[in-house]
Amino acid sequence: MMGPFVPDVISDELNLIVGLLIGVAFGFVLEQAGFSSSRKLTGLFYGTDFTVLRVFFTAGITAMCGITMLSQVGLLDTHVIYIHPTFIYAALIGGGIMGVGFVVGGYCPGTSFCGAAIGKIDAAVFVLGGILGVFLFGEAYPWIEPYYLGAALGDPTADKLLHMTPGIVGLGMIVIAVSAFIATSMIEKKINPQGPASEFPRTLHIAAAAGTIALGFVLAILPPREQRLMTLANDEAYHAAHPIPQMSADELAFRILDKDPLVQLIDVRSPTAYEKVGLPGATNIPVEQFFGRQWHDVLGSRKRKVFIGEDQQASIAAAGLASLLGYKEVYALEGGLSGFEATILNAQPATGDSPKGNAETHEFRVAAAPRLMAMIKERGQTKPVARPVKKVVGGCGV
Amino acid sequence: MNPYQAGFLLGLVLLTTIFVTGRGLGASGVFKSVVVTAVEEIAPAHAATQPFFQQAHHAGQSPLKSWLVFEALGLVLGAFISGVISHRLTFVTEHAPHITKRQRLVAALIGGMLFGIGAMFARGCTSGAALSGLAVLSVGGLMTMGAIFGSAYGVAWFFRRLWI
Repeated sequence: MMGPFVPDVISDELNLIVGLLIGVAFGFVLEQAGFSSSRKLTGLFYGTDFTVLRVFFTAGITAMCGITMLSQVGLLDTHVIYIHPTFIYAALIGGGIMGVGFVVGGYCPGTSFCGAAIGKIDAAVFVLGGILGVFLFGEAYPWIEPYYLGAALGDPTADKLLHMTPGIVGLGMIVIAVSAFIATSMIEKKINPQGPASEFPRTLHIAAAAGTIALGFVLAILPPREQRLMTLANDEAYHAAHPIPQMSADELAFRILDKDPLVQLIDVRSPTAYEKVGLPGATNIPVEQFFGRQWHDVLGSRKRKVFIGEDQQASIAAAGLASLLGYKEVYALEGGLSGFEATILNAQPATGDSPKGNAETHEFRVAAAPRLMAMIKERGQTKPVARPVKKVVGGCGV
Repeated sequence: MNPYQAGFLLGLVLLTTIFVTGRGLGASGVFKSVVVTAVEEIAPAHAATQPFFQQAHHAGQSPLKSWLVFEALGLVLGAFISGVISHRLTFVTEHAPHITKRQRLVAALIGGMLFGIGAMFARGCTSGAALSGLAVLSVGGLMTMGAIFGSAYGVAWFFRRLWI
């Protein structure tokens, strides 16, 4: 079972209860961290108390490493989780305004709820201000819209932008965070000798920092799961040890002509190649798409799935990948599509001195070829449809 | 609580949120839900002409019945429980010695307003854009994070009287 569980496993209604429980944990931790106090929060900007920086970066790195690890072991599908979208103007202008709001108001929205919950009147007033601000934004929206929507980049992540694995970017983040922790603790001790850093257990913190950096190195060295499985699926030694069952071209031809309902053909070539020519009834699922959820119904069906690549190797690699992903009843087409064409579709009537012993097979091939060719020609719009990928909705704007 | 320990726990909360629901934590979205509901109640005709309020509209459903609103209710409850446990429940206006209560409250109102405006602009605040964005390495989230802290440090000197 792969996360996230919304909306497939957990319904939208149940998710509200999940949200409530998560909120309780969120609020409890924020308050315990001291985030209900505006003077503690703003200490960050005057060098007297860097608690916000410590909590914030530690939380971000913990979640980031957790996501990388869950996705490594195949427990989290990172293709469907909500990625905060990138609108350059909006991010910079909005962030700039928020920064001023932080220094003037002493809170951010989450911490203001937290402060208000334990009776901080300034926090409650901040909440009122926030509501007023949103109202003003809504009123001014028609004038703001060009900046709100401008320079939209979609939802890129830093690892894709930099062409690195998430593990390597994560290691970079860990190193930056640990350096920032060390530097700010030194500053804090100078400016505010009684600050929180004065009470830190030194050895424990050094050990924790070293452990986190070591974890970062491990995550940076490991290839991402998709890359790892792809490599394995193309590795001959792996296939020698874990042979994938194959279906011969003859058997496949027979089953196609027989319209066997328990066989599902999966064409793993590129969509362009598939559009040009393909076997009747085949679904086109290029190998890269095996990882997503959209084909789970097709790949996870109980039918016998025959994977068809251009040649023998591509067919076995595709079937191997499907099997590595845990799909059952997986077969590779022996010889691939080119082999199928050579043995079946191009079978010529015997010229007299046909090879001995397989006259019957040969007869079958010769008879099957024109019927299959006709079916291939007729191959109309019977492509099975992919299940639409439901991306998770999220963010603060919704 | 040791801040790194608190950060680790907060990270686990965020990780659980992403693992279970696929979305991150948030807070400022609640402001929007409240505003949209209020405007629709008080001036439905006006709300209908406002493109920004229209966007948040899920046909026939109250904007208050949203994940973020429930999460924020939990947030208040969780913070309250923490306050009870740590004996921090008091009605108080926290302010620096050189300013009056009134000045602090005016600053809180203005700061809140700015934060509300900024959070709508950036589609999220410190929780929804910066923290949740950092966890998934979102470029927009990281930019917003840089802008929040960069601008805060940039102006901190001018507002130092409010805090020290």
